[in-house]
Amino acid sequence: MNFDFSDDQKMLKDQARRFLADKCSYDDVRTVLESDDSHHDGVWNGLCELGFAGAAIPEEFGGLGLGALELCVIAEELGRAAAPVPFSSSIYMFAEALKLGASDVQKAAWLPRIASGEIIGTLATAEGTQAPSPRTVKASFSGGTLNGRKLPVPDGETASVAVVLANTGGAGEQALSLVLVDLNQDGVTRSAVSTIDPTRGHAEINFDNAAAELIGDEGDGWAMLKRVEAGAAVLMAFEQVGGAQAALDMAKEYALDRYAFGRQIGSYQAIKHRLADMYVKLELAKSNAYYGAMILSEDGAELELAAASARISATEAYRFAAQECIQVHGGIGFTWEANPQFHYRRSKLLALALGSASRWKDRLVAELEKSNVA
Amino acid sequence: MDFNDTPEEAKFRAEAREWLSANAKPKDPSKVKASVSQKSEAERLVRAKEWQAKKAEAGYAAITWPTEYGGLGGTPIQSVIYSQEESKFDVPGGFFEIGLGMCIPTMMKWATKEQCDRYVKPALFGEEIWCQLFSEPAAGSDVAGLRTKCEKDGDEWVINGQKVWTSGAHFCDYGIIVTRSDPTVPKHKGLTFFFLDMKTPGIEIRPIKQISGGSGFNEVFFNDVRVPDSQRLGDVGEGWKVSLTTLMNERLAIGQGSGVDYEELLKLARETELENGPAIKDSNVREKLADWYVQSQGLKYTKFRTLTALSKGQVPGPESSIGKIVSGPKMQDLAGFAMDIQGQGGVMQDTEESPMAGAFQNQWIGAAGYRIAGGTDEILRNIVSEQVLGLPQDIRVDKNVPFNELPGAGGKK
Repeated sequence: MNFDFSDDQKMLKDQARRFLADKCSYDDVRTVLESDDSHHDGVWNGLCELGFAGAAIPEEFGGLGLGALELCVIAEELGRAAAPVPFSSSIYMFAEALKLGASDVQKAAWLPRIASGEIIGTLATAEGTQAPSPRTVKASFSGGTLNGRKLPVPDGETASVAVVLANTGGAGEQALSLVLVDLNQDGVTRSAVSTIDPTRGHAEINFDNAAAELIGDEGDGWAMLKRVEAGAAVLMAFEQVGGAQAALDMAKEYALDRYAFGRQIGSYQAIKHRLADMYVKLELAKSNAYYGAMILSEDGAELELAAASARISATEAYRFAAQECIQVHGGIGFTWEANPQFHYRRSKLLALALGSASRWKDRLVAELEKSNVA
Repeated sequence: MDFNDTPEEAKFRAEAREWLSANAKPKDPSKVKASVSQKSEAERLVRAKEWQAKKAEAGYAAITWPTEYGGLGGTPIQSVIYSQEESKFDVPGGFFEIGLGMCIPTMMKWATKEQCDRYVKPALFGEEIWCQLFSEPAAGSDVAGLRTKCEKDGDEWVINGQKVWTSGAHFCDYGIIVTRSDPTVPKHKGLTFFFLDMKTPGIEIRPIKQISGGSGFNEVFFNDVRVPDSQRLGDVGEGWKVSLTTLMNERLAIGQGSGVDYEELLKLARETELENGPAIKDSNVREKLADWYVQSQGLKYTKFRTLTALSKGQVPGPESSIGKIVSGPKMQDLAGFAMDIQGQGGVMQDTEESPMAGAFQNQWIGAAGYRIAGGTDEILRNIVSEQVLGLPQDIRVDKNVPFNELPGAGGKK
């Protein structure tokens, strides 16, 4: 039984953790919260200089040629720090979409600059609050041009390039395709959109006869998106686990320091049991995330099921830890100057970034039905 | 990452599998899970003793014990591997776990060599069965608050009092017992530990009927029961320290959960019609199914993380402490939800009419007790928060108070 990361991967994790502990304190996260910045340049550049952005990008395209397991350990540390960086957009979504479906010419055109961090990429699927699906996506691509409106697009303002989910006119699930769009062109206009987590910039992007090209085959967009989302779900699950641990640690420290009625509030069962419940959910999530990592690294047939499990488990762990972290802090936890808000905001962002847990529960049961378990 | 055995582990597994195949019948997958056996307890006990003797002969009965006592001197991971393989076979169980898991390890640590020579092997071979006499009507979670007393009389101790929830007392030969030797000192300091013969005059055993209908455990009354001082384990007043040995051994089991789980619920959901179609297509049902699948997988992979540490010969992390906290309520809620799917018919607990011969109903009832036994949900959370997270203990109002001055304990109202 070898259900753990390797020593090398643990060293990489340690390296990421030390960098972020040094360069990405909550004060650094706060500077993004309190400005119009989409992300923290210093932290992002530092991560790129360490080679982290290119960790899982093949060497021929300028990356380190490592794999999903390395990305997972980096992700956990990014989550722990609530790092205000476009890592998920550029790497879990854009780069993975290209690795999955793009031609070598397309990969060569974009991946090297993504790997170095010179540019940022993103994935644009949602069109407001209606769930994007073959039935509802209105953005359309034909004759080499893309028209439509996407929002909220994570890192939409600072990204140079995007993979966009667009309607190409097929029937049923074949209605959608993925298209690659240079965002620095006349037909693309973008503006910032306000979200519950201002430490991660989001934008509205309008495409008006913007030049674009297919990634993969026409009509394959929905299936490809599901695969990209499954991988991203595992990586985000590690961010959620890291964040949940940070929230638990923060709450525990406060419970040890704060006195009420003559003793540490951490000695009262209401607080102790709350923290124990955080721990329980966190460990379940960690275990499910590990399994997701294992299957992702093998590109196993069970990925959809493993990813759904990881996402559902981790979403619940982070949700609970982040909100109860504020609760344990009492009044001070609700102040702008305090730090629990970072995890409260980030937990909800990650909970929704790939679609809500409810949708993933439905996806999970659909997989169980297919595999005819029982 | 992988789930593979090391070459040594694979070899051990293959040997165990070969031995099991030659000595036992594989489980019948079509047999209903968690159904109550039709055989009487007496019949099951005979079969269990036969199987235990066979296992002990081959060294598989207590793999990590020293060879001089019939073990294999093996590793914790080998013990797990054997259990995994044995779980695929239709073999009787449920009689020796407490004795071999808790009582005999206590003897091996605290009894004399002569006593170990006399008692360990017969227990291992299933010839003698042991029980644990700790809990009392006034002392469950707070077991150190126990009242059964012992008084020295020459070379013997005289025990008077009552124990409760004693599993298997009615078929056990020996027991370990912790008693109060000095009520004038704080509770933890006045305890003394013994092992005794369950046939000693003055011991009266009465079965306790559970709401599930069964009587797996008992009240045990002690009326002037005489125990030789040679059967004392540890010093007078050292009883709590000895008890900790027993209680720590409870934690080391990495068992497979039994009972109905999401697979059975999935099957039920496919086969049951709600108002608008099969339950499996109902979004409420799907949401809950997913939740329990995810919890089950979480528990399973948490065990795998522990096994990984054991396989490497390392001390496992504290993650396994979440097991019963999760599985207890899950057993109850999942079975209860399965009954909800059955609607009005869900009230039936009938082997002919109920799905899975009433296994969901049985589990729903049984789970109410499981959340309490072997560490209540609440105590387990105290343990996680204190021992894993490092939060301070609650204020102990009885910490330095002589036992006989405590309210409700030594007689003070």
